[in-house]
Amino acid sequence: MSKLTPVLSAHWDEKDSFTIEAYTRHGGYSASKKALAMDPDAVIQMVKDSGLRGRGGAGFPTGMKWGFIPQGDDKDHYLVVNADESEPGTCKDTPLLMANPHVLIEGCIIACHAIRAKRAFIYIRGEVTHVVRRVNAAIADAYKAGHLGNGIDVTLHIGAGAYICGEETALLDSLEGFRGQPRLRPPFPAIAGLYARPTVVNNVESISSVPAIIANGAEWYQSMGTEKSKGATLYSLSGHVNNPGQFEAPLGITLREILELAGGVRTGHKLKFWTPGGSSTPLFTDAHLDIPLDYEGVSAAGSMLGTKALQIFDETTCVVRAVLRWTEFYKHESCGKCTPCREGTWWLVQILRDLENGTGTEADLEKLLDLCDNIMGRSFCALGDGATSPITSSIKYFRDEYIAHLTNGACPFDPVKSTLFTGAVSY
Amino acid sequence: MTLDRELMQTIIKRYPRSRSAIMPLLHYVQSVSGYVTNEGIETISEILEIETAEVSAVATFYTQYKRKPVGEYHVGVCTNTLCAVMGGDAIFASLKDHLGIENDGVTADGKVSLEHIECNAACDYAPVVMANWEFYDNQTVESAKALVDGARAGNPPAPTRGPSRLVTYKEASAVLAGLDDGLAREGVQAGEPTLLGLKLSKEGK
Repeated sequence: MSKLTPVLSAHWDEKDSFTIEAYTRHGGYSASKKALAMDPDAVIQMVKDSGLRGRGGAGFPTGMKWGFIPQGDDKDHYLVVNADESEPGTCKDTPLLMANPHVLIEGCIIACHAIRAKRAFIYIRGEVTHVVRRVNAAIADAYKAGHLGNGIDVTLHIGAGAYICGEETALLDSLEGFRGQPRLRPPFPAIAGLYARPTVVNNVESISSVPAIIANGAEWYQSMGTEKSKGATLYSLSGHVNNPGQFEAPLGITLREILELAGGVRTGHKLKFWTPGGSSTPLFTDAHLDIPLDYEGVSAAGSMLGTKALQIFDETTCVVRAVLRWTEFYKHESCGKCTPCREGTWWLVQILRDLENGTGTEADLEKLLDLCDNIMGRSFCALGDGATSPITSSIKYFRDEYIAHLTNGACPFDPVKSTLFTGAVSY
Repeated sequence: MTLDRELMQTIIKRYPRSRSAIMPLLHYVQSVSGYVTNEGIETISEILEIETAEVSAVATFYTQYKRKPVGEYHVGVCTNTLCAVMGGDAIFASLKDHLGIENDGVTADGKVSLEHIECNAACDYAPVVMANWEFYDNQTVESAKALVDGARAGNPPAPTRGPSRLVTYKEASAVLAGLDDGLAREGVQAGEPTLLGLKLSKEGK
């Protein structure tokens, strides 16, 4: 029996999978019909019972989040879908929306009904023109078919290149027409979100998982996954592997199992380090191949499941170079609101550059760790926290490699060897 | 080129509160002028009834809003860690050399501009290059050079996962303003990496 469980990806191999015709052919929009006939609280209970947890990184129980929305308050409620996929390594929502945008729209209808919202916004990143076309066309087709416009509306909002807008409160500020900067919490979005109204912010994959739960029942969903991490999810494998791609599997599968399916690390090379859930999650090494990739398993091993973005690097890759590049990213994307993150990420880059080109000192390693300590947990949002993850974890596992840069007076690696142009990677 | 105020009003009507329209309006300005002009900022400020400084504050926060003209084909090379390591750095260096421009530069003929970009959510297709924010997957130095050479000659190759022709920067900006260009049904639904897990499960693996 296959270890994989395609649900979201079940029909992606059909050429017209993104059309309303294809979606309806496979029973699409029957789950929303079923949900709309249910009491909203029963829908929330069903999602709670399924055990679905947020797929955007934090893993917060989706049904519980919906349950936080106050009822009978005479205020407008909003659903906001976070489609601002930008965490380095993360590449699941984008192919999902390109191949099947209707599953998200149907999920929006169900979620809006559950939280008594009349309107959903889909906030999609701006750097994906064709995905924007697909989602916009799908919304238009859903209106034409009468799935939208009868009490529930969906509006597409297109971003303009800011990683920080993937943070839910920065996203809300951006959607309100301001610079995307995180808000102080509380109040949480469930109380004062978009336009200070009760708002649920969910990731694309979370909302897209809802129609199948309504159609097949909470027990079906519960039957997949592990004790506390229920269901199936998209694992995105990239980097130095023979066959990168999307693998939809029950939570708890291991990297060893996924690598076996993908034909292994690129031929002739061996695994050096990897991220379990994007660059903001502490690095793992070849010692972590058998960690169950669920929320608890990854956390117990010192990292986070995050977005399940499995970025694989082989022994040709300089870990200092990799970490420096991620750190430059965080420095560039820091919104500037909080001093520890804004100033801290700038200093992290300066020190890491010296270390990478061999002009730093061993004391710089302690300075880096001290800086990380002063950034961690000291800002409104988790961007700064994320910036410290690759640094502290790489020093933990590869301190010798940092030292080798210093004794060598330069980076000891040849960057050409880690490119794909020298090796043979093909299908 | 003049801004169509009537069209701008239809963009505002998408939202319960007008100020939310500032981002699509800025994309719309870029679709008309190729970048965010002072005239564009003033017009948005007038119709949203907010200060020009407030519009500028938003326009300068987001990297996709350009305050000076970019090329007809704006090329972005992903140099975030994974793409960089797998060839993005080499591609970016060779394109700078090939075009004779630096990061954020534009060729003298105005055809191609170059920018190093952050992770574009296509890591299983690394190294990735974007042109007018359309996907060019699994790039090499040679294929990236062919892309910019084609763009300068007025016949760029089609995106890997996108419409059958590469639209211009202004045309792409209109799509990002939420306007329909009728091309949604063109191109593949998915590339091979996207389908790999599904294919293996059908083979019972």
